[in-house]
Amino acid sequence: MGRQGGGPAVLPGAELSDQYGELFRDCWWPAVAVVTRLTGDLEIAEDAVQDACALALTKWPAEGVPSSPRGWLVGVARHKALDLLRREARRTPLEAAAVRDWPSPELGWSGEEEPGDEELALVFMCCHPALDPEARIALTLRCVCGLATAEIAAAFVVPEPTMAQRLVRAKRKIRQAGIRLKSPDPDDLPRRLGAVLRVVYLVFTQGHLAQAGPDLVRGTLCEQAIRLARALATLMPDEPEVTGLLALLLLTDARRAARTGAAGELVPLGDQDRGRWDAAKIAEGTALLERALKAGRPGPYQLHAAIAACHVEPVTDWREVAALYGELARYEPTAVTEANRAVAVAMAEGPAAGLEILDSLGPRLARWPQFHIARAELLHRTGRTGEAIAAFRRALELPLPHPEQAFLERRITELCGEP
Amino acid sequence: MKYLMLLYADRPMPEPGTPEAHKLFDEWAEARQAMTDAGVLIECSPLQPASASTTVRVRGGETLLTDGPAAEIKEVFGGLTLIECDGLDEALKWAARLPTAWGGKVEVRPFYQVPS
Repeated sequence: MGRQGGGPAVLPGAELSDQYGELFRDCWWPAVAVVTRLTGDLEIAEDAVQDACALALTKWPAEGVPSSPRGWLVGVARHKALDLLRREARRTPLEAAAVRDWPSPELGWSGEEEPGDEELALVFMCCHPALDPEARIALTLRCVCGLATAEIAAAFVVPEPTMAQRLVRAKRKIRQAGIRLKSPDPDDLPRRLGAVLRVVYLVFTQGHLAQAGPDLVRGTLCEQAIRLARALATLMPDEPEVTGLLALLLLTDARRAARTGAAGELVPLGDQDRGRWDAAKIAEGTALLERALKAGRPGPYQLHAAIAACHVEPVTDWREVAALYGELARYEPTAVTEANRAVAVAMAEGPAAGLEILDSLGPRLARWPQFHIARAELLHRTGRTGEAIAAFRRALELPLPHPEQAFLERRITELCGEP
Repeated sequence: MKYLMLLYADRPMPEPGTPEAHKLFDEWAEARQAMTDAGVLIECSPLQPASASTTVRVRGGETLLTDGPAAEIKEVFGGLTLIECDGLDEALKWAARLPTAWGGKVEVRPFYQVPS
């Protein structure tokens, strides 16, 4: 993913021109994976790959980019890792073994596994359920996507030292607890894959929901999530939930430009300028969803994608959306799923039917602003304007991103002006 | 790698001779056998209750004894299992097979690897 003008540097502390940024990011994941395999230590691998990129910055401008930048970076990173291991006075037996068994640097790595296996294994390692959920996201962005600690900290609105500490702690846990670089056993795969997809999904929503941080960083997160999902779909072509997740991200991201107006305010789906939707992403997402559904193994991401696909149809089939949310409740039996179904039911059968479902959920969703917003819109449509205004005000009392706050204030003004 | 599994039961040990005790014994016998067959088991044992503990400190050359455990915790630390296996994933699978995990909790603690 290219970084557009003024973006943060790939490497912390390095004054990096945009020239190699994209190249480094493409090589980062396989390089970290290969060197982790060799050393048995993610922290050393990451430091070594970073050193290799730093060396590339001093060599490539004069010598030109090598014919295989990836091979060059992996080769240099292996030497750097060896140096790092030798310099470490205190080593665990595993690391000591890695030094002893070090293959000649001139020889290519001849592992038994297929290319891509260790890349996949690296994602499973970073998203291991034994790690803290937030650390999994940070670690994936750092070790798989190659984002700088500063970028990750900015995206999650925490101070950089806090994020650095989180990353160090996670890498230490991997080493101390003996989390190995290997893909899960088949009987463990559904659960482990679920944890990986969850991380990719959360990276995307962090970018999509515009909670805080500069726009550029958030856009980067959406792009990173799509890039990750795309790579996973290539590595695991027979997992419909992976394909479904990629479809979901593309169908949602296709509407990104139309989601905010000129002043940065939120534009609801029904009012969005469809000309600003990304037709290529919609076409790709729709095709991927169809392919995933053909496998006949439904799951939550395929259902979310199917709902997103309904929303980009010229006319939304709300009965279909309501039915899909009903299906989704089998995997995600939460009040939020039920609230979304209520909105779809309201669109299909009228506001009163939707309100009835929403009101039954009230106590469980009182702290969720979207609940009050949805209720307000339905109350308004049934002519209960006073109650609608009150519900909008309840939503405003809860934490909300600025564009949504502005949108709600506009709605309240509109409703107050009505007879 | 060696892993110590600290067994935190959700209830005290059942009285010997009761059906609960027999059931628990059978469940543990099965788990032990599976770990033995897989060649991972080093030690597996229930512990006397914390009220049987004595805590020892040596301060200024003097040995001080206190009746009871070193730290008061809500959970009942009722036993331990020690295994040696390839990595955390395998250790976690064994932890999930221990009867204590089904109602109580099993903490999987890796051994510190002494630098060579």
